[in-house]
Amino acid sequence: MLSIDFRQIGIIASKEFWDRIRNRWVLAVALVFTVFALVIAYFGSAQQGAIGFRSIDVTIASLVSLVIYLIPLIALILGFDAIVGERERGSLDLLLTLPITRRELILGKYAGLAGALGFSTIVGFGAVGVILSPSLTLNALFHYAGFMGSALLLGFAFLSLAVMLSVFASDRTRASGLAIGTWFFFVLVFDLLLLGALVITAGEYGGAIFPYLLLLNPADVFRVLNVFSLDEVRTLYGLATVFPEALSNPATLGGVMLAWIVAPLAVAIWRFER
Amino acid sequence: MASTIVEAHGVTKNFGSIQAVKGIDLSIAPGELFGLIGHNGAGKSTLFKMMLGLIPITSGQIHLDGEPISGPRFRETRRKIGYLPENVVLYDNLTGLETLHFFADLKAVARRECAGLLDKVGLTAAAGRRVREYSKGMRQRLGFAQALLGTPRLLFLDEPTTGLDPGAIRDFYRILRELKNDGVTMVLTSHILAEIQERVDRLAIMEDGRIRATGTVQALREAMNLPLTLEIAGGAGLGEQVARVLEGLAIEAIEESGSLLHIRLSRDAKMPALTRLATLGETLRDLHVREPSLEDVFFGYRA
Repeated sequence: MLSIDFRQIGIIASKEFWDRIRNRWVLAVALVFTVFALVIAYFGSAQQGAIGFRSIDVTIASLVSLVIYLIPLIALILGFDAIVGERERGSLDLLLTLPITRRELILGKYAGLAGALGFSTIVGFGAVGVILSPSLTLNALFHYAGFMGSALLLGFAFLSLAVMLSVFASDRTRASGLAIGTWFFFVLVFDLLLLGALVITAGEYGGAIFPYLLLLNPADVFRVLNVFSLDEVRTLYGLATVFPEALSNPATLGGVMLAWIVAPLAVAIWRFER
Repeated sequence: MASTIVEAHGVTKNFGSIQAVKGIDLSIAPGELFGLIGHNGAGKSTLFKMMLGLIPITSGQIHLDGEPISGPRFRETRRKIGYLPENVVLYDNLTGLETLHFFADLKAVARRECAGLLDKVGLTAAAGRRVREYSKGMRQRLGFAQALLGTPRLLFLDEPTTGLDPGAIRDFYRILRELKNDGVTMVLTSHILAEIQERVDRLAIMEDGRIRATGTVQALREAMNLPLTLEIAGGAGLGEQVARVLEGLAIEAIEESGSLLHIRLSRDAKMPALTRLATLGETLRDLHVREPSLEDVFFGYRA
């Protein structure tokens, strides 16, 4: 096995990161996060006739619903052409004649893109945290930081999926189609399928495994991770009674999320090295 | 120093059931300017990519400077090579200098080398401009500068003059001559046979995944025994007089165009023909012996 040169990974990562800073991608995404988060924090309860910030639990619950759509989409858009784009442009061959391995190239691409996504997420949601901080207790701030951390993991997991797709796809058009399909499946279809199966079987068959099936979807893991960290939200969702105790441990769920980051990336490296 | 810098033995490449490269043996000596020519689909790009380690070899071996390109010492080996792809694609959002910095970092070459290379390819004035503003020729020159990073011992140039204007092509070959004088080995492909025929030391003609012939242009001409052309200028009635004195020799054709006479004859008939033409004395105003072009040789091998 060829050794890994972290310097080469750093050079690729640095280029990817600064490309996104230069073309204002990071700024645009951070602004989107900030604006949405502020709107949700201050106007999230407008339907109940209340304007202004109410509680961090309700704000996070609303943000979870937003982030679960937005971050996977942004991550998939960010990473879908990481490799296939270079291949289609013709620059991949040139890169691969340099003293860099395919593994280092993928890891560098991933690290740079993850850095850009992570920076946008931290700056975007972090700015809102700073704005809200006078109204928050230390515990609330801790919860908000937890939400940001889980949002980062969600983004990294979908970015990993995107990079994997970019290795398998033969051209950018197919890669973008696969990325949209992936988003559609995990964000919209997956839960409906589970729900449908539950309704059809009237919960008689395999009901006990359904909570575990949620782990097959990083978006659901993110949702569960946030639901179980907030008392008010846990009650709101009514999931606490049906969800196994073992799976409600944030460390376990965080581990599952890490697996969602590592596994697609490992598959991408395996395929790219073939 | 090794006697060969590129060594290929029994190299084959299969794409599914299609065999694109069929058992190629090739040796290139250090300091050689080696041409690889062939029609589209002959297998030269596949061979090129295998030499660069871009695609795996199905069977056989390729060594660059004594090492397999994808072996454990691949980093050292790749630092010795430079590659200029056909239609080089660089990063539009970077400036010319930033582009070279990026590649210099990956090659572990000092960034201070970049400005000199931009000067060498005539891009100093455009160093701070973004690549998206570069013309095709400027991109090609930047790609060439990238290939020269780290003073490579071995250069792979794929259709290197694509998009260059005549002045830039002349400058490009001037740089190649300088590199050759410095002992750099170069492997280049080109479809512009007239451009490379006087410039390569040796070349290989590829067809259908095989090397049909290898050697100097002159050796290939002689091996093919293609007819030579004598171009003669002279006074009135020259055609009849020439036909008369050359009677009995292996003359393939005599064609007249304006005041010039073109005589195609076999290589063996060259000296006897010149001896006989000398008897015409001052009737001849000028005479040139034209060897078959590389294009003639190429199509001769394909026939």
